[in-house]
Parts: sequence; C-alpha cells; structure tokens
Amino acid sequence: MSSGFASRDATIYNGSTDKSDSVASAKAFLQVYKVLMSPRCMNCHPAGDIPLQGDDSHLHTMSPKRGIDGHGLYAMKCANCHQPVNTPGAHKPPGNPKWGLPPANMKMVFQGKTARELALQIRDYNMNGHKNKEQLLEHARDTLVKAAWNMGEGRPAPPLTYTAFVKVWDEWINKGVFAPPNYDK
Amino acid sequence: MITLNINKKTYEVDVDPNTPLLWVLRDHLHLVGTKYGCGAAQCGACVVHLNGEAVRSCVTTVKRAAGRPVVTIEGLSADHDHPLQKAWIEMDVPQCGYCQAGQIMSAAVLLRENPNPSEEDIDNAMEGNLCRCGTYLRIKKAILLAAKYSKTATR
Repeated sequence: MSSGFASRDATIYNGSTDKSDSVASAKAFLQVYKVLMSPRCMNCHPAGDIPLQGDDSHLHTMSPKRGIDGHGLYAMKCANCHQPVNTPGAHKPPGNPKWGLPPANMKMVFQGKTARELALQIRDYNMNGHKNKEQLLEHARDTLVKAAWNMGEGRPAPPLTYTAFVKVWDEWINKGVFAPPNYDK
Repeated sequence: MITLNINKKTYEVDVDPNTPLLWVLRDHLHLVGTKYGCGAAQCGACVVHLNGEAVRSCVTTVKRAAGRPVVTIEGLSADHDHPLQKAWIEMDVPQCGYCQAGQIMSAAVLLRENPNPSEEDIDNAMEGNLCRCGTYLRIKKAILLAAKYSKTATR
C-alpha cells in the first residue's frame, strides 16, 4: 500500500512512523467511505454533470447542470431553488449557503469509485480541490459537509453520526492517508 | 417591517420574515402576475428575478429578498416591449398562460447571460419550467426569435 500526500505537501506530513499506521488508517477510511458513498454526500459528487437526488440517487429532476463553477446555469442555478437553509416540509429543497457541485475543472467524483480509488483521489492535491493535510482535516468541519447531517425532512442521515465520521476522517488522515486495497481484485 | 425593492419601487411590508416572497408579492403587493404552481420549487411558475437571478419565489423567503432588487413579470419591461414579450406574442406561445410568466422570467436570465443561445442552452435554462399545455416548442422558437430581435436592436 502506498501512503502520503502529493509531493507538494510532503513537508506538511513527513510520514513519521510514530504516527503512521497503515492498517488503522485504511480501516478508518473504510468507515469514511460508507459516509461518502451515502446519498447525502454522493448525490453532489456525481460522475456526470447532473446532480443526483433522493435515496436512490436518481438524476436530479429537471436536469440542472453543473456549469463551470458547479453552481448551475442560467435560470437553473442551484441557489435559485436551494435556499441558504432547508425549506421546511417534505420534498422541499434542502439548503445551505454553499449549495452546489464541485467545479467542472475539479469534479471530485465519488459515484462509481471503489474505496481505494476514492482514498487515492481525496489525498491527491491535484484532485481534491488543492487541499493540503490541514485543509483536508478542516474540510470535515465545513458547513456544506456538515449539511449532510442536517438534511431536511424525510431524508435519512449518513450511516455514521457526524461525530463518528469526524473521528474516522481524522484517524485516516493523521495515521497516514493509506488507501485500502481492492478486496475483490 | 421589511423593506423591499420590487420593480424599482420601495415597499414596506409587515410580515413574518420567513413568508415566501410569492405570497408577499401576490397577497400584500397585489402583483399577481407571478403564479403559484406547486409551492415546492418544482414547476417554475413562480420565478422572479432576485439580484438578477431567476429564483423560485414559492421557497424564497421575504427576508432573503430584503434590500435586494426584485423584478417580477410586471416589471420586466416598461411597456411590454421586452424582446421576449414581443416574441411570445409573435409566436402565439401561451395556451392557458399560467406558466408563462415564469417561462419568460427564466428565459430573460438566459438571454442576458447568453444572447445567442443554442437549442441545448435553451434546454439547460428552461428544463425547470413546466407547461402542462405543452407549449415547449413555441417557447423554444420564441426564445430564438427574441435573441434575433435583441441582435437587431443592438446594431
């Protein structure tokens, strides 16, 4: 198994064996993976340019498109329907001030990825929105990430509590960002 | 009291800040051109411009609109002479007419951001505006015609 951040940030985390634990790190990521692949997260990290919707992750009704900056196009911009907060009521748009997809030049796709693929992608500075170790740790505290646990009426939460997710996220990163093997290969 | 700027006029309304803008427009200000279709941001009949963006007023709270310019269908042009309005008449687009204010307001954002849209651009912009009468083909033709009107006007 390979480990560590892209070389640009090698000085941020020097792979000290005092903290590095490949087994614990990879095991932690398998828990992280469960959350990231749940609809509350994956729906806004689609493989295509239309967000996903619902617990079955169907294509978002009315086919809004990613656009260049991830915030939609013309009269179909995300914030036209998704307000800064959840709209009350079942089947109403959930909300967050930062609602949107990743931008077209950094799509950060979750859909269809194995655990290993996703771990390798997230730890890659050139594929993760240019986040170094500290920024990756901070990202779990981001308002839009937290919104997955404030999902609006009728939407099941991710499979871990937010507290449990942050614990395994931090563990994965702090113990060396190891990518789990592909168990079915 | 909440201060609103609607079609370049200032209004003071005494409503709960979480009231959807749609109801303030219709019930308090009697601007009834904007329609209620679903109340869930699913149909587009309620589209107005907030800071130039085509928001769905059925889910947009009046507090979000406070202090920001809002344009409704009534304020799109001074004399119903917006290129889209002219094209809509020329192409005889509406049947029952209920969705059409929202259609035009969405199309207006498209033409402002993309004065020469392709059919695919029109689809991308307008897919969120539903028409039960099925006037979609005429809507598309009218938008293309409005784009031509705008091009001619700027020469």
